[in-house]
Amino acid sequence: MILKTLQVDLEVFAQRTGWVIKPEGACKADRCVPLPSTTEKLLDVRALAQRLGMPLLHDEKHDIWSLGPESGGRVLSSAVAPEIVLPDLDGTPFDLSSLRGQKILLVAWASW
Amino acid sequence: MTVALDTAGPDAARRWIEAAQPAHPSLIDQAHVLDELLGVVNVPNGVWIDEQGMIVRPAEPAYPARPSFAKKENREALMEQMSPERRAIFKEVAKIRIQPEAYTAALRDWVTHGSQSRYALTPEEVIRRSHARPPEVAEAAASFELGQYLHRAGYADDAVPWFRAAHRLQPDNWTYKRQAWTFADPGQGPTPLYDGYWLSDVLAIGAENYYPPLDL
Repeated sequence: MILKTLQVDLEVFAQRTGWVIKPEGACKADRCVPLPSTTEKLLDVRALAQRLGMPLLHDEKHDIWSLGPESGGRVLSSAVAPEIVLPDLDGTPFDLSSLRGQKILLVAWASW
Repeated sequence: MTVALDTAGPDAARRWIEAAQPAHPSLIDQAHVLDELLGVVNVPNGVWIDEQGMIVRPAEPAYPARPSFAKKENREALMEQMSPERRAIFKEVAKIRIQPEAYTAALRDWVTHGSQSRYALTPEEVIRRSHARPPEVAEAAASFELGQYLHRAGYADDAVPWFRAAHRLQPDNWTYKRQAWTFADPGQGPTPLYDGYWLSDVLAIGAENYYPPLDL
């Protein structure tokens, strides 16, 4: 995820990465990683990156950061489909979970 | 549903979607988040998700049909009209292994038999078959994200080092490579911006390895 500051909103972080901040730490599927306790809605990205094994890259010229996914395991840590919300041609967001109750064949393609 | 991995946005995918007039959701993924979230590394890739929202097959090659150029007679006629450079590319394209018959038969079996289909995998097997993500692959995702963000913000030159980093860190990710190559040359030929290009990188691995064999 692209960040303009090193503080990240916990809800935005959870939506993008699947890691939910709970009293016991950052949790995804059946794994929880302890974090420094916080009652704030914002967390220091450097602490998250270090604890979760996420790369944190900085583009100095534009002063933006990119926080990558957790490393060390598989791309899927659970078979539960991740939250995916993407726009259609008109820019209208479509939530994958709105198809719950139907079988889905998700096909990734490209024009290039 | 379909998702176009196109950093250039809706306008890049529009003519294909409008020509197909699909009844299913047809979405655009400018940041290639499907690479990070589902392990997509090439197109077409398919992921099966059941009625409860469980992935029953992770990302894998998903050709729905054999393209017309795959027929030998069509291919030869097409190649006669091509430049030597295009002909060299097409010669390798013809060697790429695609398995649309087996894939669509498995898909139909799952549609009919659901969780009883032998092609529907257990959660443990889905996780096991998803790609490994060592630190360099995670860093490739973060690098590509910076590249696509800067490109979309109008800083195409500043995006190039990040795209190059993504290519170096995850060389088997063809969506990262082909996306960036396309910005330098729509034909994905040699450019001074990148070390590789489509033909060089396909020749390096062997066209038959462009997609892994389906494990059905």
